[in-house]
Amino acid sequence: MTRIIVVGNGMVGYKFCEKLRKDFDASQVALTVYGEEPRPAYDRVHLSSYFSGSTAEDLLMAPRTWYEDNDIELRTSELVTEIDRKNKKITTHKGSEESYDYLVLATGSSAFVPPIKGVEKDGVFVYRTIEDLNQILSYGKNLKEAAVLGGGLLGLEAAKALLDMNLNPYVVEFADRLMPRQLDDSGSDILKMKLESLGIQILTGKATQDIAGNGKLEGLSFADGSQLDVEMLVISAGIRPRDELAKSSGLATHERGGVLVNDGMQTNDPSIFAIGEVACHRDMIYGLVAPGYEMAEVVINQILGDKTQSFKGFDMSTKLKLIGVDVGSFGNPFGNNETTKPLIYKNDQEGIYRRLNITPDGKYITGGILVGDADDYNILHQMVQNKIKIPGSPGSLLVRSNGSDEGASLGIESLPDEAVICSCENISKGDVSNLVKADESCSLDDIKSNTKACTGCGGCTPMVNDIMKMTLKSMGKTVKNTVCEHFDFSRQELYDLIKINGIKSFQELVHAHGTGHGCEICKPLTASLLASIYNEPAIVHDTIQDTNDRFLANIQRGGTYSVIPRIPGGEITADKLLVIAQVAKKYELYTKITGGQRIDLLGARLDQLPPIWEELIAAGFESGHAYAKSLRTVKSCVGSVWCRYGVQDSVSFAIRVEDRYKGLRSPHKIKGAVSGCIRECAEAQSKDFGIIATEKGWNLYVCGNGGSRPQHALLLANDVDTETCIKLIDRFLMYYIKTAAPLTRTATWLNKLDGGLDYLKEVVVNDSLGIAEKLELEMQGLIDNYECEWKRAIEDPELRKKFAHFVNSDEQDSGISFMDMRGQKVPTAW
Amino acid sequence: MNSLKSHQVAETEPKVWYKAAKIHDFPMDGGACVKYKGLQIAVFNFNTGKEWYACQNLCPHKMQMILSRGLTGSQGDEPKVACPYHKKTFSLKSGVCLNDEIEAISTFPVKVDDDYVYIGFSQ
Ligand code: SRM
Ligand SMILES: Cc1cc2nc3c(=O)[nH]c(=O)nc-3n(C[C@H](O)[C@H](O)[C@H](O)COP(=O)(O)OP(=O)(O)OC[C@H]3O[C@@H](n4cnc5c(N)ncnc54)[C@H](O)[C@@H]3O)c2cc1C
Ligand code: SF4
Ligand code: FES
Repeated sequence: MTRIIVVGNGMVGYKFCEKLRKDFDASQVALTVYGEEPRPAYDRVHLSSYFSGSTAEDLLMAPRTWYEDNDIELRTSELVTEIDRKNKKITTHKGSEESYDYLVLATGSSAFVPPIKGVEKDGVFVYRTIEDLNQILSYGKNLKEAAVLGGGLLGLEAAKALLDMNLNPYVVEFADRLMPRQLDDSGSDILKMKLESLGIQILTGKATQDIAGNGKLEGLSFADGSQLDVEMLVISAGIRPRDELAKSSGLATHERGGVLVNDGMQTNDPSIFAIGEVACHRDMIYGLVAPGYEMAEVVINQILGDKTQSFKGFDMSTKLKLIGVDVGSFGNPFGNNETTKPLIYKNDQEGIYRRLNITPDGKYITGGILVGDADDYNILHQMVQNKIKIPGSPGSLLVRSNGSDEGASLGIESLPDEAVICSCENISKGDVSNLVKADESCSLDDIKSNTKACTGCGGCTPMVNDIMKMTLKSMGKTVKNTVCEHFDFSRQELYDLIKINGIKSFQELVHAHGTGHGCEICKPLTASLLASIYNEPAIVHDTIQDTNDRFLANIQRGGTYSVIPRIPGGEITADKLLVIAQVAKKYELYTKITGGQRIDLLGARLDQLPPIWEELIAAGFESGHAYAKSLRTVKSCVGSVWCRYGVQDSVSFAIRVEDRYKGLRSPHKIKGAVSGCIRECAEAQSKDFGIIATEKGWNLYVCGNGGSRPQHALLLANDVDTETCIKLIDRFLMYYIKTAAPLTRTATWLNKLDGGLDYLKEVVVNDSLGIAEKLELEMQGLIDNYECEWKRAIEDPELRKKFAHFVNSDEQDSGISFMDMRGQKVPTAW
Repeated sequence: MNSLKSHQVAETEPKVWYKAAKIHDFPMDGGACVKYKGLQIAVFNFNTGKEWYACQNLCPHKMQMILSRGLTGSQGDEPKVACPYHKKTFSLKSGVCLNDEIEAISTFPVKVDDDYVYIGFSQ
């Protein structure tokens, strides 16, 4: 039996164990791992998600039981302090000893702290371990200003984390641009602009000279004489391999740090290997997981395999994650003036920068930079890695085809089977497509658990998904959009089944056409279908609704709900305003004007919702459906009644339209707006349907939205009269409701509609399918069925009972707590 | 005893069978919250009242008292509840989180007798 000791239980040390146990069990290899940190290896790559909700537990690579189950002796909180190479023995700080046949050093690295005066002061941190994060979290609690030293990949991640802590972060970078190793000046400029719009201030070209403060940090001063007042500093200025153990035991190390290894990851002692961030291979230290994982594989092969596998260096392409701005840098990002020519697209307005370095013959890409939109990163990176010929003209690669949400626009078909898709786990395109070919019923989750693809940095997920779909397609399988494991049907098919068979409840549907008990996907979907078909109030099917629909209110942090009464067109009388004010005061609600021209009352307990609505309804208010996938608001501008430019009465029309479609259930929310003239103060062109007054009537625009991917609405009809306009909206909305996939806004629906706007015009305006009258009738049926669901809920004692917190007690939820902010209450942070 | 279907998680018979409320106080095929001593317990029924489960009301993800308001369902044969906030789902048998690696929740046995729902506790 061979005895292997791994020093360091980080990501790479862990991966070594995992890979080793795949091929060798405890009877062949006895394995012990020492880790200095108190917990088993965790996912350092996703460390920052600790700030946005992940727990230390979430981040573990594997729980402690995994080591037990795999006969791996795991010793955490134990630092290896000595290697006795002669006797092949290690000693730990606790004094225990253990002998080995092979020793694997996976001691990683520590954050590099530059020798600046004052770095020892309180309030100065590094960003590497969960303990570091805990300290940053607790120290930063009530502070305002904080800085990150270093504008590289990790520094920017740290800055985002500070932002998530509600601090004002500054990034201080010595070089004259951000991410100097990955970006050129233009890329950095765009990134800087984007980060500043997120609230991260950027200072480049700043050499930090002194950390001021008496015992505790108060500010930074720079070589150019300027200063920055901050209360906390996170240093992210690079890494230093932890080669101290190697050094003290006489192993050869690089002068700039790192244990020297050969192509077999072997140190100058043939029984000792080094892998991960501590290893220095051909003068290179790799600060990424993927090369570390590859090194682990190589060592296993060297020790126990056929010894032929060697480490050949690794591509350093990277994609910035988590930060809210897409950045990718791949191949040789800076190009080489003699052998490549850069193709550059720069759009300051939208904050997009794309640089591709193209060979002089225009046939290949050698590398590039993407800022602002890195959706094509995977495929472009693959084209570099696999030397794939550019399909068509190189220029076509510069602008992403609009509306296509599959990177497939560039052709994953063209990738060879050997193309490595998941570099963390070394999974090729062929691995994925073969798995699909062997079992066509396999899902993305199956692929993940079978191959471990997507489980490292996760960056390859969209591509793996595309390969899966492409393979299925090539096998002649239609990729069916079935709803979930409980139904073998698409939304469209379920719509038809419910309608044709007159199905009235989820139970009926799942018994007749599905399996199991349903889930959080198919239940709300069915609720939405039932509502679209019969226009019954959501509360009738309360237990299959998402929580917002179930309690007819949006749930908030801390377990309270919000109340948004309808204020059609944004028009409201002083008396009604008074009612809202009284209700807010009585129930101590936080009030805010929403982005939809109405008023949100937040912080109501579940049991307070019915009495609140009772008072509002008595004063003539109705549900605003802010919680529902249905009509939200129809925004208006003041229009011709008051405005000196107005050509039509936009307020009256907005109110009429809002009243017409209120409560209409649909695949996603619907928003409308009416502007009184071409100046467009109601922003109608950003709505699902938008109406703009003209001298002759109205222009009707459709399929716009704001949100994360804004899209302008497109002109469906111009200069139509009021009645025609309403007819067209009836048809348009009904056609959308009947044909859109679940949770698809009108814009996305149109993008996927074969024939696009022209086809939509044919159907809605020219009635090419001969269904216009039917659509209008169906719409009228739904409109006639409208009732305010809150009215029903407060009047029906059975329904009202559902708003009690406990079934067996009148007590209230004692878990809810608030704090004060600018004179109003807000929930305590979670 | 006229018990419809009782679901046993605890290895030992619970010490206390707490009489929570009448069957008809609970929504069918959904959940509600029961107060027991200082605890909030989420109670769910499936198959229109034929199958019952109980678990802690607290979602361990963001420490929110909320699970009773979650959507119920199944994954394979495993009955589950999805937290309304971020859709973490938990088995109602083992309490294990089915779509993430967060800690398991506690589950409690439930029995139904003579129109009443009882929840089993060890103290
Ligand atoms: C209250 C409000 C913010 C505010 O204080 O102004 C709001 C609040 C929420 N928005 Fe919004 N949105 C609000 C106006 C908007 C707007 C602006 C507008 O309507 O003019 C937009 C962009 C325009 C658009 O929709 O095209 C907007 C785009 C979104 C999106 C992204 C939609 C998309 O298609 O990309 C979501 C997510 C979703 O719906 O899935 C969202 C979701 C949400 C939810 C419902 C998230 C949730 O499920 O908890 C928020 C509820 C918070 C709460 O506590 O009530 N909210 N949201 C606004 C309510 C307007 C109203 O009177 O009903
Ligand atoms: C915030 C952050 C974000 C990152 N993002 C990415 C990314 O997006 N993509 C990417 O590829 N990489 C990323 N990285 C880098 C990646 O995390 C590292 O490359 C990887 O963790 C290296 O693994 P390792 O096992 O070599 O070292 P480590 O994970 O550092 O593990 C080494 C372990 O050994 C322990 N140890 C050291 N000496 C001893 C000793 N003598 N005895 C016992 N134990 C010892 C250490 O305490 C440590 O736990 C990121 C890193 C950070 C900090
Ligand atoms: S933008 Fe909308 S969804 Fe996002 S935090 Fe604001 S209100 Fe909530
Ligand atoms: S609080 Fe339950 S899933 Fe987040």
